[in-house]
Amino acid sequence: MHYSPEPLHIPDGFLSVPISILMWVVSALVVSYALRQVNRDMGERQVPLMGVLAAAIFAGQMLNFAVGGGTSGHLMGAALAAILLGPWAAMLVLTTVVGVQALIFQDGGLLVLGANTFNMAVVGVAVATMAYQTALKLSGGRKWGAFAGAFIAAWLSTEIASLAVALQLAISGTSPANIAVPAMAVVHALIGVGEGLITVGAVAFVYAARPDLLQAGEARQEGKSASRGGRAVWVAGLLLALGLAVASPLASSNPDGLEWVAEQGGFLDTARGSLYQVIPDYLLPGISNQTLATILAGVIGVLIVFCVVVGVAYLRRNRQPEESR
Amino acid sequence: MHHSIEVMNLSYSYPDGHQALRGVSLNIQPGEKVALVGPNGAGKSTLILHLNGILAGQGEVRVCGMEARKENFSRLRAMIGMVFQSPEDQLFSPTVYDDVAFGPLYQGLPPDEVRCRVEEALAAVRMSDYASRVSHHLSMGEKKRIAIATVLSMQPEVLVLDEPTAGLDPRSRRSLIRLLDELPMTMLASTHDMLMVRELFPRMVIMDEGRVVADGLTAELMQDVALLEAHGLERPF
Amino acid sequence: MHVHFLDPYRPRRSPVHSLDGRVKLVLALAFIFSVALTPSGAWPVYILLFSLVLCAEVISDLGVRYVLKRSLLAFPFVLAALPVIFTTSGAAALELTLGPWTLAITQPGLERFLSIACKSWISVQAAVVLAASTPFPDLLAAMRAIHVPRLLVAIFSLMWRYLFVLVDEALRLMRARAARSARSADPALKVGGSLAWRARVAGGIAGSLFLRAIERSDRIYMAMVSRGYDGEVRLMPSPGLRPVHWAILLSGLAVLAFLLLAAYLFWA
Repeated sequence: MHYSPEPLHIPDGFLSVPISILMWVVSALVVSYALRQVNRDMGERQVPLMGVLAAAIFAGQMLNFAVGGGTSGHLMGAALAAILLGPWAAMLVLTTVVGVQALIFQDGGLLVLGANTFNMAVVGVAVATMAYQTALKLSGGRKWGAFAGAFIAAWLSTEIASLAVALQLAISGTSPANIAVPAMAVVHALIGVGEGLITVGAVAFVYAARPDLLQAGEARQEGKSASRGGRAVWVAGLLLALGLAVASPLASSNPDGLEWVAEQGGFLDTARGSLYQVIPDYLLPGISNQTLATILAGVIGVLIVFCVVVGVAYLRRNRQPEESR
Repeated sequence: MHHSIEVMNLSYSYPDGHQALRGVSLNIQPGEKVALVGPNGAGKSTLILHLNGILAGQGEVRVCGMEARKENFSRLRAMIGMVFQSPEDQLFSPTVYDDVAFGPLYQGLPPDEVRCRVEEALAAVRMSDYASRVSHHLSMGEKKRIAIATVLSMQPEVLVLDEPTAGLDPRSRRSLIRLLDELPMTMLASTHDMLMVRELFPRMVIMDEGRVVADGLTAELMQDVALLEAHGLERPF
Repeated sequence: MHVHFLDPYRPRRSPVHSLDGRVKLVLALAFIFSVALTPSGAWPVYILLFSLVLCAEVISDLGVRYVLKRSLLAFPFVLAALPVIFTTSGAAALELTLGPWTLAITQPGLERFLSIACKSWISVQAAVVLAASTPFPDLLAAMRAIHVPRLLVAIFSLMWRYLFVLVDEALRLMRARAARSARSADPALKVGGSLAWRARVAGGIAGSLFLRAIERSDRIYMAMVSRGYDGEVRLMPSPGLRPVHWAILLSGLAVLAFLLLAAYLFWA
């Protein structure tokens, strides 16, 4: 049984280098801040709690329920973590989950890990926090508010995160915006429903078994929001949700605009070198330099691998008599 | 009249290569109460998991006359009630009522019928007052009984239990043994509790290293100390 | 039941396995970075990079087939880039008419799509080799070496420790659910309950997992405190890198730099 990749985890090669680096920088900054906040708020309890919860989210992502037509719904967990732990701890937990998924299970690339972390741990958690806190406030802290908030938080976090992915792909020139954005938005609107339902189910369970934990989670969001941290997350969540929701249809209807950005931003990919002009296009009649180089590289590559294979086989054979002694 | 459980030459290897079952054959008649004993790693749990299709190996498995094939798993699971070793794994709903109702609800039974089944199942395990309790907070003994109720509500023909008395204090254990004694259906229990075996199960099957090494009357097999010790068991006093 | 087959680490006696985890992590990241920087359409460089990672696969004794199989995990995502074949402007190589629409497959589009697919595939293989040849504790040490904050590394460490325990638990819960998911003899009944009910059950399982995780973490915390834990993460200092490993690290980086240079000189 293998771990099945989620549609939000971007593999390496799909984002341009500038975007990858930018996302790494942003994520690193946010995660550092989250580390400081958690250090201040939770003290010593933090390491075991977040570690085990990260494992629980990972395990939870393996849960499924039949949706119909052979497909099943899954859990991403950003909203649930945010509801139970508060925004900063949830960001750290999700960062760990996404990190392990990329590093160990190749679910999501390493260079694009910054982007994946941003999409799921930062955007997912911030948007979920914003939605959940708002629902709680509107309902005066009553039970229906918590449940409705849980659903909306989960749905919104999935949807907005998917928009972020689509825009990143579009700006990188990997997927045209007018296809990526609608596709992601529609697919994740559906997936988000599953996420919402599971999240509500989980919150219902916790509400029944350990309501004190829900209150503690709320306290972490509320009580500390007197400090700048909690308020900042709410604002960030709102800005991200609105920003992405507005940018997406814009991008979708102006895919060429984003192409232009991609061309500019992707200068490392498509820069023209000066040497190009010096060497003629063909060194041999009829065969372009490109083809020649490709053939040559192929030959060299095969030779290298061949030598390595032979060398390894030889060494192994030499080692065998030693092992049998 | 069909056998309750019929296993013919069943073999199974786990994905990591470990051969857990080597040609196991077993027949259990309706109404029989059989104990499955043997050291850890003998393959008892593996065998049990084949009975309702959670695992599928080479060989034939029939439960209540129905072959354990993919098309039949759904039906099989109504006929064979499986109680797992750790009640933590068995109780996954918020309240006791929800957990016991899961089986009938899944089957699509009407709400009145579901309620009826839940009440009967809870009464059978003497836990009628617990319907609205949160499973999470119950004691080990209580959880084990509720776990049995979650399966009884499906009215199975066969009850299969994996280590029913493991982890119970003497009082809870006594209470559970009394409960198992009262239940009328065919029963197969995998266990290390030799005292319970002697008390409740007239027939005993000894497994070791993926094979059935003995299958007969408990009273007789219990006398054979050498056989017991050869397979990691002790004769209870 | 044990889910240890989920762990990608495969112990072998190979030079790659005995190479310091820090060197491997840096080389893997540098490799993936180089792949990303390689311009679109620089096929010879792709071929050479692919042969490099193939060599690593051979030397590491992991089995090329195993690595290639694992590397296909990310394959479905390639579909996201498929439209690029049609939308990139350039000389049309092929035209498809579907009813009233004419889609033009352009040569630059094909090139870009194939480049993305190749880059992705080569990168994933490097990541697979890294994960399969390096035990997780070594990866943790490597993360510390590249200055990932200690607190974060500690969380990673505990997550890893309990990952398999909790995944086991989740699978056993799903198994118990499957064992009670049955069809009755009456064919007229609708099996499976409503979608909302199924989702609620799944959510209950998730909530249950979380609760148990939280309570387990309480017990872990108590155990840590009993052994002197005071909140500050103290880790064993790592030994310095051996000269051989330095040499491998530097020469690896040099090869990558050379390939990149060649790519930019001739194909940019």
